[in-house]
Formats: sequence, structure tokens, C-alpha cells
Amino acid sequence: MKNSRRFLTLIGLPSIYLFLLFILPVGLMVIFSFREGTTGAARDSFTLDHYITFINSRPFQRLLWQSAGISFLVAVIANSLAYPLAYYLAFQAGSQKNTLMMLLIIPTWTSYLLRIFAWKLILGSTGLLNSVLLLLGVIETLSPILIYSRAAVMVTLIYVWIPFAMLPIFSSLERIDRYLLEAAADLGCTRLEAFLRITLPLSLPGVVAGFFFAFIPTLGEFVTPLLVGGAQGSMYGNLIQDQFMRALNWPMGSVMSLSMLLIVLVFMFLLTRLGPLSDLLGL
Amino acid sequence: MPKLKLPSPGALYVGIICALLYLPIALLIVFSFNDAASLTFPFKGFTLQWYQQLGQSSELLASLRNSLVIAFGSSVLATILGTMGAIAIVRFNLPGRGIFLAVSTMPLVIPYVILGVALLILLNQAGIPLSAPAAGFAHVIISIPYAILIISSRLVGFPDNLEEAAMDLGASYWEALLKVTIPIVSPALLASFLLCFTISFDEYSIASFLVGTDTTLPVYMFSQLRFPTRLPMIIAMAAIIMTVTMLAMLISEWLRRAGQHTSPTGGGIASRKAKA
Repeated sequence: MKNSRRFLTLIGLPSIYLFLLFILPVGLMVIFSFREGTTGAARDSFTLDHYITFINSRPFQRLLWQSAGISFLVAVIANSLAYPLAYYLAFQAGSQKNTLMMLLIIPTWTSYLLRIFAWKLILGSTGLLNSVLLLLGVIETLSPILIYSRAAVMVTLIYVWIPFAMLPIFSSLERIDRYLLEAAADLGCTRLEAFLRITLPLSLPGVVAGFFFAFIPTLGEFVTPLLVGGAQGSMYGNLIQDQFMRALNWPMGSVMSLSMLLIVLVFMFLLTRLGPLSDLLGL
Repeated sequence: MPKLKLPSPGALYVGIICALLYLPIALLIVFSFNDAASLTFPFKGFTLQWYQQLGQSSELLASLRNSLVIAFGSSVLATILGTMGAIAIVRFNLPGRGIFLAVSTMPLVIPYVILGVALLILLNQAGIPLSAPAAGFAHVIISIPYAILIISSRLVGFPDNLEEAAMDLGASYWEALLKVTIPIVSPALLASFLLCFTISFDEYSIASFLVGTDTTLPVYMFSQLRFPTRLPMIIAMAAIIMTVTMLAMLISEWLRRAGQHTSPTGGGIASRKAKA
């Protein structure tokens, strides 16, 4: 049939590309997780050792769950802070909507590394906050009390994700039929009731998408912990990066990556119970 | 909903968040003009020396060149592949469509560290040396979802009977695509190109695993963040890039708005499904 030949021609090239550089590498990682070692003879023998090590290692698992917990918290807080922004833009900003939107998005166009690094200038021992505290006499010497902790990592990442969480929430709020709210008011709903029973439920797909825009990258973070987290603020992503770049234990690193991927997929599965992924992502 | 005219706490909230979003960036810009090698308070005098030093750092210029090349290459490739995928998804409802949509948007929900190490394994197994172009090919994977998103939301905005009309007038299907469809979606193609360009240009996590010694700008910047005396120059570089990026993104945003008939961040495929 003509139609299906056209379809296959169009979809063929992108599919091959996605297979070679996305599906295949993940598949190779699965194979690598069963290898005994990274190089030499150890690479050619297969074993379950790394999975057993992982299952028996409390520290690895604890860090994975802690990182998932941190990511969950960061995503929840970033979305809670972003929701009122999106709500104001969608319902109250009026003619200033586009200008405000631009204003909120522009910071995300700055170098990601530098935006994170900037928090070192704020939280660091000789940073803005410490200097102000010293000036006010709250502290007596400059010391790294605010930086190099999980809290510093979380504050920085919440800052980074607020605009990204706001976008999908805004777009789902924009899609709400305004007549629904008028009808609710005509039928005697207070504004709070209308918000809780109409606006909030209808904006949930946006909130879910916003949650994932913050949750997924935070779970894989290793840059922010390196810059502002220090040893105390290390996350699971750092562990993976270490296995590949420093410890050179790629099979172990593969097992760790796959365990992180499993968490992401479980979350995504729960999410798709709410609706097709493409709808939630606003596609 | 009736228009609210409160001197609202909402406006105040937006103001506070805006101030918080800009504070770190303002700090960076101020330090790029600060006449001291260390980034500490209080500020010393005003200087342009960090900007002048930029041109003399050959490593920095080499990494900048690498970044520009791979950002250009990866965004062109992602836009071409994304266009093909978007047309297939929007114009055909054949088996395979759902799987393609799921797989091509999946990189959006996979942490970059996993993509980075998986591609590192691929290069290693295939015996391909690490290089900046390798990072470029990887960036195509993370850019494709955005390209498809932008282009398909433009595609659903105009009916496919324009293509049919061209074919009735004697064009082949591919001629119709090239001469009717592509020109109509061209604002979306440019918007996709610019967005993918900035994604690649700013990407550190994946690139850090794949570039080897052939650094890109973010990889070079990260390596310099450890040396306090190099920082003012790096920040000056970032301030320039920030300005250029803002210009590029403002143009992209303007094009996207000019060329879109549906809601601001999409609604494309979803609304198409509702129609079908």
C-alpha cells in the first residue's frame, strides 16, 4: 500500500538512529552488567556477582533511596512554588502574561553549570549570605556553614527547576475552559470550591509533567553535588559517575544505572495509569 | 472568570520569585566586571580585563569552536529526523506510530547520566575513540523529542488537504512534502533548530562521558571551576554566551508563537487525537 510505504520511508531513518544510539546502548549496558570486569579476560566472562554485591550493599541502596527521596522532595517543592506562578500567569496577569512568561524563562537560558555555580557565590563560606550574616553580627567568622550539604544541593536544584515546572502547569491551566468556572460561580460555588473541584483537577496533567521535569534530572544529578554538595551532599549519580570515570568498574556502574532506570520506569508506569505519556508531556 | 483587580499577593509572589531567579545571574555578571581574581565580597573596582583575556585563551577558544560545531551539527540532524518523525506521526495513523512516539520521546524521561554511560559503553564496544563529535551524535538523541514536539504541533495546525491539492495538481507525494509542507512548517523548523542548538551547546552531563580530551565549552568550563584564578574569565565568557543565547531564544520563541495555532506548549498531538 502506498500509504504504508510513505510512512515507513519517513519513520525509517529516525527509527534506525534511535535504535543505534538509544536502544542499542541501553541493551549493551544490560549485557555489561553481567560481565565480570571492565577490560581483559574478566570482560569476557559473565557473572551475577555485581547484582549480588548490589543487593547485599546497604550503602548503595540507601544512597539510591535517599537520592530518590531528595528528587521527590525537590520536585514537590519546585512544583509547589511554580504552581502559584503558573496560576497568576494563566488567570490574573492579563495583558502582561507574555512579558512575565519571558521574564521567568530567560534565567533558564543561562549556562546550566554557571547557574549552579552561582549558588556557590551565594552559599559559600565567603559568599553573599555569609558576608551579610557577618555584617549583621549573626556569625563571627566566615565558614562553610551553608554550603556542602544536601540542603545546598536541594536549594540549588529547586531554583533550577522552578521555571521548568511552571511551563507544563501553565499550559494545562491555559487549556481550562473559562466557562466551566463561570458555570461553577453561577451554581453557587465559592472561588475556593471552584479551584479545588475544577481548576486543580484539570491542571493535574501539567503538575504531573512538571513533577517529572524536576524529578528525573534530579535523580540523575552528579554535577550539582560536585559543585555545591561536597562529600555530605553526594548523590547516587555521583556513585555511577565514579564507577565509570574513576573506579573503572563498568559492570558495577551498569548495575547501578539499571537500578536507577528501574525506579524511573516504575514511576513512569504509575504515571501512565493517569493517562498516555504523550498527553502528559503536552505532545 | 471575571477579571480580578486586586493589588494582588499574586503579583507580589511573582515579583519575589523573579528576583530570586535573577539574583544568581546578576551576581555572575557583576563578578565578570569585578577587578579582583577571587570571587569574594565586597566588590573591588570595575574592569574589562577578564573580557580582554578571553581572546588569548586558546584552550577556551578550541572548546568553544567544538561546542559550536557539534551544536550546529546535532541540531540540524535532530531537526531533520524530527521533521520526518513528526510528519509520520501526525499524517499517518498506521501500526508503529505509537511505539515510535513512545521511544522517540523516552529520552525526555531518562536521566542524562544513564544515557551518557550507556553511550560510553557503546563507543567502547564498537572501538570508536572518544571525541567531541561523539557527544554531538548523543545530543541528537536528547534533542529529537523537542524537535518532534515543536514540529508536530505546527503540523496539526494546518490541514493535510493542502498536500492533497498539490498532488491533485500533479506533484508526487515527496514533491508535495518538499514544496508545500516544509515551507509551511519552516518557522517550526527554525525554532526546533535553535532550541536543539542551545540544548547541545549547554549540555554537560552526557558530554563529560564522551568527549575524552576533545573538550566542549561546558566540559572545559567545569574543569576550570576548580581554579579560582581562572573563574572571572570563565564568567565573562558565560556572560557573553548568556547574551547571545538570550537573543537566539527570543528569536526562536517569537517564531514559535508566530507559527503556531494551538496552545503555547503544544496540545498538538493530543488535540489531533481528540479530533480523530
